[in-house]
Parts: sequence; structure tokens; C-alpha cells
Amino acid sequence: MDLKLSLEELQFRDELRAWLGANLPRDWGEWREKPIEESFSYLRAWQRKLHEGRWAAVSWPKEYGGRSATLTQQAIFWEEMAQVEAPPMANTLGLGLIGPTIIAHGTEAQKKRFIPKILSAEEIWCQGFSEPNAGSDLASLQTEARLDGDHYVVNGQKVWTSFGWVGDWCELVVRTDPNAPKHKGLTVLLIDMRSPGVEVRPLRQMTGESEFNEMFFHDVRVPAENVLGAVNDGWNVAVSTLMYERGSFGARLHPLFKRNISRLIELSRKFHKNGHAAAQDPLSRQKLAQCYAEIEIMRLNQLRAFSRITATGAPGPEGSIQKIFWSELNQRLQQIAQEMFGAYGQLLGGDSHAVDKGIWSYGYLRTRGNTIEAGTSEVQRSIIGHFVLGLPKSY
Amino acid sequence: MEFGLSESQEFLKDSAREFFAGECPSAEMRRLMETDTAYDAALWSKITEQGYTGVIFPEAYGGVGLGKFELMLLMEEAGRALLPGPFFSTVVLAGSVLEAVGSPAHQNKYLAPICRGEVRATVAFVEAGASWNPRDVQLSATNGKLTGEKFFVTDAAIADFLVVVARNGVFVVDSKARGLKISPMSAMDLTRKLYVVEFKNTPVEKIGSGTDLPRALDIATAALAAELVGGMQRTLEATVEYAKTRKQFGKPIGMFQAVQHQCADMYLETESSRSAVYYAGWALEENSPDAATAVSIAKMYASDAARTVGNRGIQVHGGMGFTWENDLHLYYRRAKASETAFGDATFHRERIARLVVDEGVVSAKHA
Repeated sequence: MDLKLSLEELQFRDELRAWLGANLPRDWGEWREKPIEESFSYLRAWQRKLHEGRWAAVSWPKEYGGRSATLTQQAIFWEEMAQVEAPPMANTLGLGLIGPTIIAHGTEAQKKRFIPKILSAEEIWCQGFSEPNAGSDLASLQTEARLDGDHYVVNGQKVWTSFGWVGDWCELVVRTDPNAPKHKGLTVLLIDMRSPGVEVRPLRQMTGESEFNEMFFHDVRVPAENVLGAVNDGWNVAVSTLMYERGSFGARLHPLFKRNISRLIELSRKFHKNGHAAAQDPLSRQKLAQCYAEIEIMRLNQLRAFSRITATGAPGPEGSIQKIFWSELNQRLQQIAQEMFGAYGQLLGGDSHAVDKGIWSYGYLRTRGNTIEAGTSEVQRSIIGHFVLGLPKSY
Repeated sequence: MEFGLSESQEFLKDSAREFFAGECPSAEMRRLMETDTAYDAALWSKITEQGYTGVIFPEAYGGVGLGKFELMLLMEEAGRALLPGPFFSTVVLAGSVLEAVGSPAHQNKYLAPICRGEVRATVAFVEAGASWNPRDVQLSATNGKLTGEKFFVTDAAIADFLVVVARNGVFVVDSKARGLKISPMSAMDLTRKLYVVEFKNTPVEKIGSGTDLPRALDIATAALAAELVGGMQRTLEATVEYAKTRKQFGKPIGMFQAVQHQCADMYLETESSRSAVYYAGWALEENSPDAATAVSIAKMYASDAARTVGNRGIQVHGGMGFTWENDLHLYYRRAKASETAFGDATFHRERIARLVVDEGVVSAKHA
């Protein structure tokens, strides 16, 4: 047990700080309020710059353009990025989930073909997992791929695809053996989104935006060399992607949560409750303190999980704790904000009276999705029950 | 950075678990809780032989000199066994206060015998108002004598001396001093007895001022939270085991999501409490600027979580969980006592608010 940064960790942090000092764009403030469709090329350019400094994917092995950063260094990376309010990178899924999956399961040829362009944001990736009839029960998905010579022919529909509208490539889970048990007949294909027969439609969500897409595949031909991992072993490949999703996301979110609670504490001096500033109202103080404490515990859980991953080599089902913890905590945080703002909480970004240009009313609605996306809280609890506690499978 | 146990820390934790399981199994714990003081001299000398009575104190006084983080591991295992008797009162509480406020002479006189396992002791702090805020202490010594009452004093009847916190300092009172009356309070937790202590012109010896008291209280508070983690862990394991073996509708009840998800939440609450407690132990050991916040976070979270984990565990056990013969209620009773001791969750949330809302002492991050 030693939570002080090691010499190497300090060097890593200082090198990053120096790089950010010289390279952080100064005009992000003018872009951040714009719709992502408008700012996307800006984000691409920022990622390219990070890549030139070898900062785009610090967790990746050195030979693939990363820094082989330890989990602690990754946590430092996200914290530093949040502290200087750096713009996000364009290829979120490629860098965070799909790149690592290709590095773990891909052939040498696939790694050479795909990895450099993920890093440089030349090719944006999306993830085709969920279907209208396969959400929590992902393994029951029906999009099928039939072998025809040296190509697979894909037919089906995917839903809840982030970055589908801008995706150049997609990690797609398909059924290649309809007769095998549901987990054994799946394969992961890497699909060029410009292939004939791919259609992408926006999916409008409760916040009013279209972060996600629906994707339709009509007789899309995919070269057999684009199978990732083994044919009919797609479940294992997909699960490793999901583990990356659940395992480390908390480390990226923590600095943002911390910023939100700090802002809320600031605002508690301005908003009034029961005749005095919320900062002086006993009940508001209790709620702010509870939230502050839970955000700190989220950080500590993450650090402990990192130490376990370092010891065992891979993210495990304990990542489900993090997923439940951050998603439900984020909803509680937004609720506390709403209670503090009273009637002002409902005002949207366009309203001149909105608090912080509407980020809180947006956050209140957007966080409803947190306990659903990347595996519902119910699925996460079943994963803990079965895979961590050893209870019989309930589904 | 490494948020995990070193080999020697693993060893300490494993051997403590083995020791408590061997020397104080459930049957022995139940035998002791039925006695007046829950104290057993033979068990105490075994605890002493392990070095536990001097675990965090300097070798100069016969201690072992381990850190506060190690104390958390030891207390976690003591909590898992629901260790009855005055270990917490004597070593963790009285020992920490003596170390924090006493002179070397006082430590030779009072702390060294604690380390050697020769005496039992406790701290009298709370008064009729039941407040853990040092500002609410009313008792005051005049001319070396004390008059008044202290409430909720743990293990007072078995203590050889009491450390008393008064407005004008910290004092030691011999248990045989004149004018001292110790009366039992009948409380839920049978394994750690509570008393009202009355002083009537009782002679006391001043050992120091209250200035250094908060740190000692923080150590005891974190240690109590660690003990709660051990109790939660035991409750979780017993509940998961029960959910695997108990069958209804032809299936183990742990197969039903309504039951399984309770267990998952127990796991989340237990692990989150553990993260908070381990960090508090580390922050205390390192004198980190956010140590007080870390202690309050740990106590606040563990106080609420221990009650919730207990509720869930009893519910999953069904009728069995409601019986006297099942140990769950004994952990549940301890959880209630520990929830209020050293400030409940509400108390610590207000303390956190003072630190982070009023003063803006944020976490040390990567210190």
C-alpha cells in the first residue's frame, strides 16, 4: 500500500504537463458549445496532434504507438487532461475499446492495417453490438453473416451505435453459425462503413440530440480476412471489448465528476434554500457532503481495481462495481443539482436564465442513460452475482 | 502507486484472521457476550502474545511499531470475528489518546502496560448530550478533582484506568479512585459493553491538553470503520453461502435476481467501505492533508453501509435471519453501536461539509 506517485509516475505527469503547456489549443472554448457534427474536424486535428506527441493512446503497447502506460499513469493522464479542460479526442471508441481489442485478438496484418489510422483519427470507429431484440441479452443477436467464397455476406440491424454517423469502420458482432448454442455461433467482423448496403440513420434520444444511430445491413460483402479473432469465437472477443469499457471508464469520468461537485459547491453559495444560501442549509450540506464522499470513493475503488488488474493482468468482472457506482452516482449528483436550483433546474441551454448555459438540465436528462448504456445496472448486478460471488446464473 | 497489500500486510491480515477464528470462534464469542464484561483473561494474554496490544505503538514502550494502515487490517479481522471485550477500548482508543496527548513519562506509566497486556483501559468522552463534538464536552476538573457524568463509555467495568476528556484537558482516573461509580447501560451490542461513569470529587491526573485529541479520535474512528468492514464481509459471505444452499421452488434462492441483486449490492457496499477505510488508514499514517476528510468519508460510508448490508443479509436469510441462533443479528447489533460511536453518518457528513464546502480542503489526489 503506497499511494504516493513513483518517480516514473511523476516523470510521466511532468512530461505530459510540459507537452500540454506547449500544445494545448487555446480556442477550444469557442468550439465546445457547438454541435459535435461541427466540431468533429477540430477534435480530429486535436487527436492527430496528441498522436504526434505519442499521447493519443498512452495505455497501448509502445510497439503500437502507445506508451505502455500503467493503469496509474492512465489515471494521471485523464486527470491532467481534465484539469486543463483539454478537448476530447475524436476516435473515442477506436482508442478506448476497439484498438485494444484488435491488439489483443487481431492478426499482424490487421494490426498494421488498422492501428495507425485509429491513432491518427484518419479512420473513426463505431461499435455494432446491440440490436432491437438483443440488448442485455447480447448473445441472442440475429444479424447474420454467411460465407460466400472469400467474403461474408451480412444482413441485419444494429441500434444504439455511437459515432455511427461519422464512422469509417465498425466492430460488428454477427451470427455465423445459427445452429450452435447462442454464445458459440458469433463472430466479430471489421466492416468498412462505406461498403454498399450499409445504411446509417440518426436515433433521436430523450435529450433531443442524436448521439446514437441505427445501422442497417443489406447484403453487405465483407472480406473473410476481416474476421477479428476466430470464427465463432466472437463472444470472447466482444466480451473483452466490454471489459475494457467497464474496467477503466471510471478513471476517465472521475475528474469530470470532481469538477461537477466543485462547481456545485460553488453554486451552493449563490442558490438559496430555506431562507439562506444552500451552502449554509443543513440538508443541502448533508447532500453535498454525501456526494463529495461518494465521488472520492469512486476514485478509491478505481485505484484498488487497478492494483488488482495489475496483479491479475486483465480487467475482470469487478469492473461491474465501477459501472454501477459511477452511473448511479452521476444520477444522484444531477438530482442534488436539480434540488438546489429549484425551478431554474429545468431551463435549457437556449434560455438566458439557464444555470451554466443548461449543462445541468442536459445532464439531468442525459444521466438517465448512464444506468442503461454499456450494460444496464441489472445486468451488472447479475454479473457480480454470478461471476464474482459464484451464485447460480439467473438468466 | 499501489493500492493493495504488501506481502507483510497480507501476512498480518491472514494471520489475524486465523488467530481470531481459532481463539475466538462464534461459540466463544457467544459465551463471552453472555458474561458481564465480555472479557476473558486467557484470550487477552493470547492477544498480547500476538503483539496486538502494542500493534501501533513505539517499540520504546513495548509496542510493535506498525502503521495505521496495518491497524485497519487488524481491526477488519477483529470485526469479522466480532471480537468481544476491551481490545478496541484499551488499545485503539485509550492507547491512541495516551500516545497523542501524554508525555514520555505518562506513556511509560500508562501506555507501556497496555502494550505489555497488563492493563485494560478506556476513554470517557461523551456526556448526557450524546455528542461526539469535542466542543460539547462540559466536564471540567477543578483542583485535580472531577465531578459529573460520562455516558456510553465502552468496557469501563473491566478498565484498570479511564482516560477522561474534559474541557480543560485530558485526565487519567484510576478505576479504584474514590467517588467513581460505574453502572452498566443495557444496549443492543452484547459483545462490547457500555457504561455510565459518575465522578464525585474524584481525584484525577492531568496528562495533557485536548489539542492533539482530534488525531487520536480520528485513528479510533477509522479503526471502528475498519471493524465494520470485517463485519460486513462476514455478513456478505454468510449470506452468499446461504443463497447458494437454501432451496425454494426447487432452486437455490441465489438464482432469483431479487435475491442475487441484494447480494451484489452487499458486495458493492462492502468493497466501497473497504476502499474508503484503507485510504483513511493510509492518509492517517502519511499525515496527508486530507486525512480528517478521509476518516469522515470512511466512517460515514461504513456506518450507513454496515446497517444496509445487515438489513439485506437478514432479509436474504428469511426466517433463519430473524432467529437468535443465527449470528447475523449479533453483527447487526454491533453495527448499530458502531454507527453512533464517534459520530454517525450525519455527524460526519457535516464534518465533511465543514472541510470541503466551508474550507475547501479537497482530496490530496496523487499527493
